[in-house]
Amino acid sequence: MKKSLLTIALMALTTGLVAPITALAKEVTLLNVSYDPTRELYVDYNAAFSKYWQAKTGDTVKVNQSHGGSGKQARAVIDGLQADVATLALAYDIDQLSEKANLIPKNWQTHLPNNSTPYTSTIVFLVRKGNPKHLNTWDDLVKPGIGIVPANPKTSGGARWTYLAAYGQALKAPGGSDAKAKEYITKFYKNAAVLDSGARGATTTFVERGIGDVLVGWENEAYLALKEGAGKFEVVVPPVSILAEPPVTVVDKFAKKHGTEKVAEAYLNYLYSDEGQEIIAKNFYRPRNAAVLKKHESQYAKVDLFTIDDVFGGWTKAQKTHFSDGGVFDQIYLK
Amino acid sequence: MSISPSITTAIPSSQYSNYQAKVARSRATSEPFLIRWLLIATVLGFLSLFLIVPLAAVFTEALRKGFAVYLAAITEPDALSSIKLTFIAALIAVPLNLVFGIAAAWAIAKFDFRGKSILITLIDLPFAVSPVIAGLIYVLIFGLQGWFGSTLLDNDIKVIFAIPGIVLASVFVTFPFVARELIPLMQAQGKDEEEAGLVLGATGWQILWRITLPNVKWGLLYGVILTNARAMGEFGAVSVVSGHIRGLTNTLPLHVEILYNEYNYAAAFAVASLLALLALLTLVLKSFVEWKAARDARLNELA
Repeated sequence: MKKSLLTIALMALTTGLVAPITALAKEVTLLNVSYDPTRELYVDYNAAFSKYWQAKTGDTVKVNQSHGGSGKQARAVIDGLQADVATLALAYDIDQLSEKANLIPKNWQTHLPNNSTPYTSTIVFLVRKGNPKHLNTWDDLVKPGIGIVPANPKTSGGARWTYLAAYGQALKAPGGSDAKAKEYITKFYKNAAVLDSGARGATTTFVERGIGDVLVGWENEAYLALKEGAGKFEVVVPPVSILAEPPVTVVDKFAKKHGTEKVAEAYLNYLYSDEGQEIIAKNFYRPRNAAVLKKHESQYAKVDLFTIDDVFGGWTKAQKTHFSDGGVFDQIYLK
Repeated sequence: MSISPSITTAIPSSQYSNYQAKVARSRATSEPFLIRWLLIATVLGFLSLFLIVPLAAVFTEALRKGFAVYLAAITEPDALSSIKLTFIAALIAVPLNLVFGIAAAWAIAKFDFRGKSILITLIDLPFAVSPVIAGLIYVLIFGLQGWFGSTLLDNDIKVIFAIPGIVLASVFVTFPFVARELIPLMQAQGKDEEEAGLVLGATGWQILWRITLPNVKWGLLYGVILTNARAMGEFGAVSVVSGHIRGLTNTLPLHVEILYNEYNYAAAFAVASLLALLALLTLVLKSFVEWKAARDARLNELA
């Protein structure tokens, strides 16, 4: 009897008191469709953003995550995976959301600061402890008998940055030409032990399954593997590499449908805040904010970085020349 | 799961029931000691290398960081939601395939009609098609760029990258199991008993419930067990239509992959061990069903 009275009292409380409060404080869910290595970043960031958003508006935000190779993820959104925000490895993949499915405006990249890229990264080498094969420069990688673990440029964004870093440095080297670069990249993929479909798959192949002598990929991924792999690996930073810019966007069509445009935009904007940039640095990405970057300066090696616009004339052109069907990658890899 | 390792073993027909008595150990059926020993050693070696060692590895890896970590991994909200989703998919796929499997097997085994061989081929199609293609079929039909994509979006119906897509993919890949199990059994039994029932004035439903189904009950159960195991373990087709949203559209096998990719090996193997336990349970049930079927057949013969 006592218990049922209590239940009734509780029910009265819930219906009488809590209901109006929940009516005011909304619960919002966002879906962030992201590329492979950002799992840890967004676990930290989502918690921070929820806290910030609740303090600011009283609403609770739950951010659901989907991760995979960047190209594959773009394809899923195009096929109807209803992402509120897309945070992918490279601009070309987000361009496809506009081009293939008209989900976002063509000029999406102008909507947020720094070309909508809240952080940058680059491509480095991860080798086994003590660097037994002495792999220090790009030229060392293409010696016979070296097993390289890149990912598949057809599906992985990081792998495309890797390809472009390898090609671009050969092009920029003294006496470099397209022919020389093609020759280099042919040798590079001849040494490839496996081509995983995503960056994280490549990392587990190298770290867990012990395949290959060197993992060539994201800086953030290499440092994370270093942290997880307790003293079994070393990061080698090549003298020259590419400035990788992974952009973010609200997927307007789906966000509008869900009524989440405002939250989604705030979610991406907060990436540029001091707290957001701090979390970015903590996860080994390179923050845009100069003060935060300076604070964490010691964790980023000095690399001579070139951009895709300077060397390849932008993503659309690079994609068409190198990664489309019958492009340079197909020509050299099928050989 | 293996596809159909023993379609015939579940057949409770009389030729198997006193098999042992007929081929008791005699000189004609037994090899010299050395050869027998070698064969047994080979089989045991093969079994332990390909089955027992990996199975043991799953459980040792799962328990490497202690039982508390193991328990935490399988009771974590994302893991629980993947368990729930896996059960939902199986709970829908199994009854659907049970009904359609019986209907198809009944039509094929008891009647002659034009296009019968085409129907049999269609039933086998999910075995012939790679699961990835099975998933892509649904993306092509229900995806935003597919046939019904924009209509579905306008009406706010989610098929792929949501639970319906996962259920559809599971139903597709498990479609043949029940029918494949029943067809040879029903064909072997013939239709004499049904015809007798008909002559004695039974209605169609009476014939189904009192003659056809009781005759195939063990084969049917065996098909259901296989269907269930495959529905819960399917990776490829489900992976294509899942969208991989943590805690929402991940089934158990997909959750294992996610955990593994997040350097969370103990948790990945803990969840994998659930799938391994499911497989073991399937094996026990399967043996039980086979034993029951054989016993029934023996009893029938005595009666």
